[in-house]
Amino acid sequence: METQNIEVDILVIGGGTAGPMAAIKARQKNPALKVLLLEKANVKRSGAISMGMDGLNNAVIPGYATPEQYVREITVANDGIVNQKTLFAYAENSYAMIEELDSWGVRFEKDENGDYAVKKVHHMGTYVLPMPEGHDIKKVLYRKLKQARVDITNRLVATRVLTGPEGQVAGALAFDCRTGVYTVIRAKAVILCTGAAGRLGLPASGYLFGTYENPTNAGDGYSMAYHAGAELSGIECFQINPLIKDYNGPACAYVTGPMGGYTANARGERFIESDYWSGQMMQEFHQELAGGKGPVFLKLNHLAEETVANIENILHGNERPSRGRFHQGRGTDYRSDMVEMHISEIGLCSGHSASGVWVNERAETTVPGLYAAGDLACVPHNYMLGAFVYGRLAGESAADYCAATEFAAIDAQQVEAERQRIFAPLTRGQGLSPAQVEFKLRRLVNDYLQPPKVARRMEIGLRRFEDIRADLQKMAVSNPHELMRAAEVGFILDCAEMAARASLFRTESRWGLYHYRQDYPERNDTDWQAHVQVRKDRSGNMQVFKRALEPYLVELEEAEKKVYRQLRIQPRQTNSSGDHYGV
Amino acid sequence: MAFNPIDFPVKVNLDACIADKGCTVCIDVCPLDVLAIDPATGKAGMKYDECWYCLPCEKDCPTQAIKVDIPYLLR
Repeated sequence: METQNIEVDILVIGGGTAGPMAAIKARQKNPALKVLLLEKANVKRSGAISMGMDGLNNAVIPGYATPEQYVREITVANDGIVNQKTLFAYAENSYAMIEELDSWGVRFEKDENGDYAVKKVHHMGTYVLPMPEGHDIKKVLYRKLKQARVDITNRLVATRVLTGPEGQVAGALAFDCRTGVYTVIRAKAVILCTGAAGRLGLPASGYLFGTYENPTNAGDGYSMAYHAGAELSGIECFQINPLIKDYNGPACAYVTGPMGGYTANARGERFIESDYWSGQMMQEFHQELAGGKGPVFLKLNHLAEETVANIENILHGNERPSRGRFHQGRGTDYRSDMVEMHISEIGLCSGHSASGVWVNERAETTVPGLYAAGDLACVPHNYMLGAFVYGRLAGESAADYCAATEFAAIDAQQVEAERQRIFAPLTRGQGLSPAQVEFKLRRLVNDYLQPPKVARRMEIGLRRFEDIRADLQKMAVSNPHELMRAAEVGFILDCAEMAARASLFRTESRWGLYHYRQDYPERNDTDWQAHVQVRKDRSGNMQVFKRALEPYLVELEEAEKKVYRQLRIQPRQTNSSGDHYGV
Repeated sequence: MAFNPIDFPVKVNLDACIADKGCTVCIDVCPLDVLAIDPATGKAGMKYDECWYCLPCEKDCPTQAIKVDIPYLLR
């Protein structure tokens, strides 16, 4: 197979949300740098926001919220397991990023005075800024990439980060999913922006690509960071979402909530106080099903025609616009019908929960020269705006790093070993198809890792994953496209193993359904008020260990600590005089 | 599975498609890279059954030749 060699100062892997921002900001910080944005699909329509986004879930806008308040909210929402410095770095830069995106032409909802029309969805603060016309966001980013003269390469599948003699970044290895050309990219710094591990569990539909996340996001960056020696964190804090059944896309209670929509049980009753996604909220969803009051629905059929029409306009035009035709096919009309929801399969995504590559407040991983931003970087609940902010931080940090760093030597042995590994399925002639191996692996993820979790199940799961690891050596493909799918099975397997080992290690329950251990059903702050990290040790084994929490910068008040643990709506109570109060 | 008559999500109106004139917009934008030019017709079509029903192909097509259905397993 042909090889091409490229040399750049900064390589950004992933051109969805954080990646373009990182590349633009690196170039703005130092226009002399050569910056390459590498994308597995096409930068014009790649990643989680390929069709736009319908709102910001975590806007910290003066007058509505302060950075301190936001940091407290997410600390509580993530059950205390946060590095507040990283949350602060997000919160303090959130408003400036909104202003910058606004100046670039991204459209946010504003009131009659031209102020941002922020809505309350979270349990405590007010952070949701709708983007009813957010479908153009990728076009805006693409224009800025061109203005900043960022080099772009599409259809390249990065598979490994190259490391130098001191363990620092030396570049990355990739192949073209159309031509099969092997590509060695030498770089001083690499920024991973490859999104969630969205193809981990198997959707209940059985369709491999029927995922919540864009299925190009197979956990590539989680695997690459792991093999480069970086620490990953909170992997046991899975992403599990309340989704439209079968369609497996967002029901969007966030979007409909401020307009009167809500999550309801089969009787049409509200049972959770806040529709903001959290493990505790998912636990209540789970219990509602277990209590015989399911299925759970998105309820809009009590709303006025104008409101429903407005909701349709937003939900059927942004993010996942095909949901309109899904409902049409089933004969579901928001005006008369509630929308059936279900609990999704598991994934890893710090944008929604907390599982990701460990980063500090400068987006640095534990490997010199390696940065991470967006859904794969461990900054809990950081969503799209967090991806932009951390993209900026990563781009600027990497630009500074380059100024003081020389290129590391390329290790020819790493380049050759990866060539052998990655192209092997093309040479086997006959064997297992990647689709079959992926289906079986993801079915095993459902069988053994879907919460509630219990040790014995996860231990068996690990043994079955080892069998799949042997099967990787038997996959056979006939073209570079299928070779891409084969490489992705390897990423998914690494994520599955990390998910099992991190979950086994944390012998307590936390984050509601995300890490509900039936064998350790209680939260145990004495032993487990700490991060759980995963890393590849020097002999190539998967190591799991505790990392102490950094001291909080903002102390929590006693009253707010338990707010996210009391999400179930309490029955109406009667006081002594007989007057009713409550919701 | 390439270019066979099985029901796939991405439907291309062959009369409207101008891939034979050099257009590759839908093929370029597909995140999963499932579209390709069918050598038999010179038009765009689904080569791999891996559609995420995300719609860039339909939205960006200059001649509105594409209609994406929800995959059968989810319908």
